[in-house]
Amino acid sequence: MPDAPTAAATLTPPALETRGVNKWFGANHANRDVSLAVPKGTIHGVIGENGAGKSTIMSIVYGYLPADSGEILVDGRPVAVKSPRDALAAGVGMVHQHFMLVDPFTVLENVLLGAEGGVTLAAGMERARAELVRLARDYGLEVDLDRPVGELPVGAQQRVEILKALYRGADILILDEPTGVLTPQETDHLFRILRALREQGKTIVIITHKLREIMELTDNVTVMRRGEVVANVRTAETSKEQLAELMVGRKVLLRVEKAPAQPGPVVLEVSGLTLRDRSGVERVKGVGFSVRAGEIVGIAGVSGNGQSELLEALAGMRPVAGGSVRLRGEELADRPGLFNAKALRGLRVGHVPEDRQKVGLITSFEARENAILGHHDDQAYNGRVLMDRAAVLSRCEAEMEAYDVRPRDARLRAANFSGGNQQKIVLAREIERNPDLLLVGQPTRGVDIGAIEFIHKRLVRLRDEGKAILLVSVELDEIVSLSDRILVMFDGRLMGEVAPNDAALEQIERRLGLMMAGVEAAA
Amino acid sequence: MDEVFLAILLLVDATIRVATPLVLAAFAALYGERAGVVDIGLEGKMLAGAFFAAAVASSTGNPWLGLLAGIAASVALSLVHGFACITHNGNQVVSGMAINILVAGLAPTLAYAWFHQGGQTPLLPSSARLPQVHLPGVEVLSPIPVIGPIYREIFDDANVLIWLTVLVVIATHWVLTRTRFGLRLRAVGESPAAVDTAGISVTKLRYQAVIITGVLTGVAGAYLSTAHGAGFVRDMTAGKGYLALAALIFGKWRPWPTLFACLLFAFTDAVQVRLQGVPLPVVGVIPVQFIQMLPYVLTVLLLAGFVGKAVAPKASGIPYVKER
Repeated sequence: MPDAPTAAATLTPPALETRGVNKWFGANHANRDVSLAVPKGTIHGVIGENGAGKSTIMSIVYGYLPADSGEILVDGRPVAVKSPRDALAAGVGMVHQHFMLVDPFTVLENVLLGAEGGVTLAAGMERARAELVRLARDYGLEVDLDRPVGELPVGAQQRVEILKALYRGADILILDEPTGVLTPQETDHLFRILRALREQGKTIVIITHKLREIMELTDNVTVMRRGEVVANVRTAETSKEQLAELMVGRKVLLRVEKAPAQPGPVVLEVSGLTLRDRSGVERVKGVGFSVRAGEIVGIAGVSGNGQSELLEALAGMRPVAGGSVRLRGEELADRPGLFNAKALRGLRVGHVPEDRQKVGLITSFEARENAILGHHDDQAYNGRVLMDRAAVLSRCEAEMEAYDVRPRDARLRAANFSGGNQQKIVLAREIERNPDLLLVGQPTRGVDIGAIEFIHKRLVRLRDEGKAILLVSVELDEIVSLSDRILVMFDGRLMGEVAPNDAALEQIERRLGLMMAGVEAAA
Repeated sequence: MDEVFLAILLLVDATIRVATPLVLAAFAALYGERAGVVDIGLEGKMLAGAFFAAAVASSTGNPWLGLLAGIAASVALSLVHGFACITHNGNQVVSGMAINILVAGLAPTLAYAWFHQGGQTPLLPSSARLPQVHLPGVEVLSPIPVIGPIYREIFDDANVLIWLTVLVVIATHWVLTRTRFGLRLRAVGESPAAVDTAGISVTKLRYQAVIITGVLTGVAGAYLSTAHGAGFVRDMTAGKGYLALAALIFGKWRPWPTLFACLLFAFTDAVQVRLQGVPLPVVGVIPVQFIQMLPYVLTVLLLAGFVGKAVAPKASGIPYVKER
């Protein structure tokens, strides 16, 4: 596919260009002859799956990692970038995926770090304060300069990162997966800021794996796969489907194909459920809903509105403060002997936790040990005294085969699998026990497109087998495409139900956004 | 009345003298830990400082050369610690303990080889010890009640290193809060990645911090052997390095509370000396060993009971390795 220069780029050299950059991590060829050009004054997307090398190339441009070979040019001039200091001097700033902030420091101190402007701080502080007020006004980057950064919401922390780069005079701003931690409202805010920056002549590079953001925001896209640039295209001349195919290297189904649900009897019925956190604050305030066999009920909402607590409580991991939880008509809420994680497994309830690394897996354990976590007492894996290691191994190998976990090595530690493969190990463990009710949290967070497709298909198949599924996700796309009914949660309450309607997808998303923002709470 | 007042003044004076090496060592560790380098080798470095200060002062008769030698020895050990922990990402506790064990054996061995006095240095004459600072006007102020005795007993004839320590405390507060170096130092102990991406060398900053640690611990050691004492004695630090670390934690890694913690520990120590062999009401004479336990018992109680919420610098003790 040919390069796609804009009108401006034909007159002036690209703001940022890499030529033939190579990078190895041991035997892993993370960047293979990466050449890309970012025209001045544009928003440029770099897209690819996890491990495609997109973060690596940008870390090299920013001087955070050294390249093994290749050239970096800023405004047509080769620059030697040996450290972030060189990159900053050349006008390149970066907002990392994991924010590089000092939590106890104030916003002002964070911005000042590395650009103090003198041996003592007083003078630089005054100058920075004035400059930041100006930047805030020009680009909508409002933050309280004297608050400790650790107390700010993530959206504001990200604005601090952008301010840091701009204060150092960055003309080229690289953002690595900037929306992963943001709410939809914060994402909109960020995009407004980025467009404002583009209007002022700044050049923006955004690394992401979210196709929707690429389509919405960028002018040009570079697609990477396995360390290589596979395409440079104009956003206006491409489509989500084409980009997905380029990323994965084969055709991908972005929308889940599924028949209408055939709901059966009620499996889970919750009413008036109230949950408190450790400090006694109500996190879930009297919610009620039901899940039938053969349907997927999705709970949408911005994270932190009680969905996580709800899911954990239903999985028996969190005490219930009040209300009723019925499983197949049987009351659980006041029976701690039944309402705990272990007993619920016996009652055929599966749980795919939101955080696979901390809750779903023991990452320092091997895959086969993880494959039987929670079921390790089963007769099938135990002899009279010792565990039956052969049975554990064959079980895990069978699951890995069925779920296409790679590498197919049951003795590999869970930590050494990619996000998608870790998630498949957890899903296999929970689904293959044939649960009547599956509780699923964030099934595809940090998971490649290819694996997302597989996981979605598997969940739909489970539904078609007549199982009840409760899905919690902050990804609206995922909720809308998987769910048969959608419940929206805000501030610990259910705010209403929405039918996922293909034709009205955009409208529903907007409506969800408004509900989440609490507009309907006031109405 | 006057006698009670004088006794109190003497107690305060003793507290200050005992507190000085603790403050120096605690502030030394403060620089290291705020930069993310835990230094459990404080004890060993202080001991090395004490030995080399006394040895050089004894051989040359010049206490200032002794002080420099003490600092040099302590800085050298700091650099070893830095090489292990900063350059090679080694475990900071292991490296620190290695230094402690090394010096505990090496100092008496060298002393034995060089001076043949059973692992000590010779008793230093007062000309080979760091001087006290005689203030003017003592005779004039002396007759004035309250102010006179305070001036005479506490401020006059204080050792030069006590005054230096006062400067260190004030300077540390100023450096940490008001200077570029202080800002970066605090940042690198909380979030080295943030410092790295801001274009500042984490390695260089941390080396600077451990060198300051070395200088101050060296001074603390020299104080023990050439100011407070008159020569090096085996194990003369007697756990002061650990006590200083405890004071730092109790002071939550902040200068003023750390100073307060050091003074508190020193005060119990001064009281402890006064109480030895003195019959107390009700209990009578308490065996010396129990009285001597006081500062350490206090340490355990304070650390266990009162500083539950102490939050260390987040990256303290963790080597900085770049993520890919």
